[in-house]
Amino acid sequence: MSAKTLLQILLLFSSLSLLSIGGGNTVLPEMHHKSVVDYQWLTDSQFADVFAISQAAPGPSILIVTLIGYKAGLAAGGEFMGIAGAILATVAMMVPAGLLVYFVVQFWERAKNSSVRRAIEKGFAPLTVGLVLASGYVMSRAADQDWRAYLLTGVCTLIFVFTKINPLVVVAVAGFLGWLGLV
Amino acid sequence: MSEVHRGVKPTLLELAVTFNHIALASFGGGLSAWSREVIVVEKNWMAEEEFLSAITMCRILPGANQVNLAVFVGAKFRGVPGAIAASIGLSFVPVLIILGLGYAYFQYHQVPALQSVLHGAAAAAVALTLAMAIKTGRKCLNGIVPLLLFAAIFAMNGLLRWHLLPCLALLAPLSLVWGWPKTKKQ
Repeated sequence: MSAKTLLQILLLFSSLSLLSIGGGNTVLPEMHHKSVVDYQWLTDSQFADVFAISQAAPGPSILIVTLIGYKAGLAAGGEFMGIAGAILATVAMMVPAGLLVYFVVQFWERAKNSSVRRAIEKGFAPLTVGLVLASGYVMSRAADQDWRAYLLTGVCTLIFVFTKINPLVVVAVAGFLGWLGLV
Repeated sequence: MSEVHRGVKPTLLELAVTFNHIALASFGGGLSAWSREVIVVEKNWMAEEEFLSAITMCRILPGANQVNLAVFVGAKFRGVPGAIAASIGLSFVPVLIILGLGYAYFQYHQVPALQSVLHGAAAAAVALTLAMAIKTGRKCLNGIVPLLLFAAIFAMNGLLRWHLLPCLALLAPLSLVWGWPKTKKQ
């Protein structure tokens, strides 16, 4: 029973790893369908909560798969299986895509001073700045719920751009303001 | 920027520790911005343009963007062991933390009350992301073409919320044509 679950975890997440073109978020709908509807590892609302936890916790948000693997193993064979499922899901999600990146880096290092690499480095820079601004914009719509949060974001942005204060200090102070209920 | 420093290869341990630091600092979000703070500004492991193109390549390739970036940087300096060290550094402690949270959640059906702290930290993480756009933009948006490329992809991906792939399908060829070296000097 539990070996079957581990196999399902391995196959699901290693295939999602290669399908997640554009980032882990792009396969969330498929991940939801498979783990909630097909395999019934978690309920709908558990999936939503697990998503929220993975967004809030430090580290890559793709670690939602760690929690899905944990719950799948937990249901199949208790705490030990839960940990095994968590580790397997995490590794399965990282390795196939990681291999692909590895081969790209091989090419990239060999292409030093080539026209292709210079074109990518110069040409992608403005696109990346646009994408970073877009993600900051989308994040602010989700994270900043009233004028005080927008004000805090604005002030912190000025601090980051114009001062050399360690960002960690600023994030900690902002977290403290949140804890006080001021934001 | 000091080219000298960039000649020094980080050790496996340094890669792991650095990516662990990046992952933990990104409490509240903003992992890309944190990666830049550490890799480009603090450690000077990569030049700004190389880093920017690397994160966009890591977004295009399948896989979680931040894991891809760890593999990219690790493999660049230390091959397969480097990629493994950087990915483990990025995810080991976060996996422990998330398992702790998951245990609490499935056992007691509640998440430890961090919501209000996160609320503040997220506002600052957004700021770090915006600041990254401003700081990198000041350097590379130095003409009408890059400004147009920047504005176009921001409008498509940020305002219209188009998926990344159609945005890049339209704009990447244009940006490569613009970026292609015109003369063979240097």
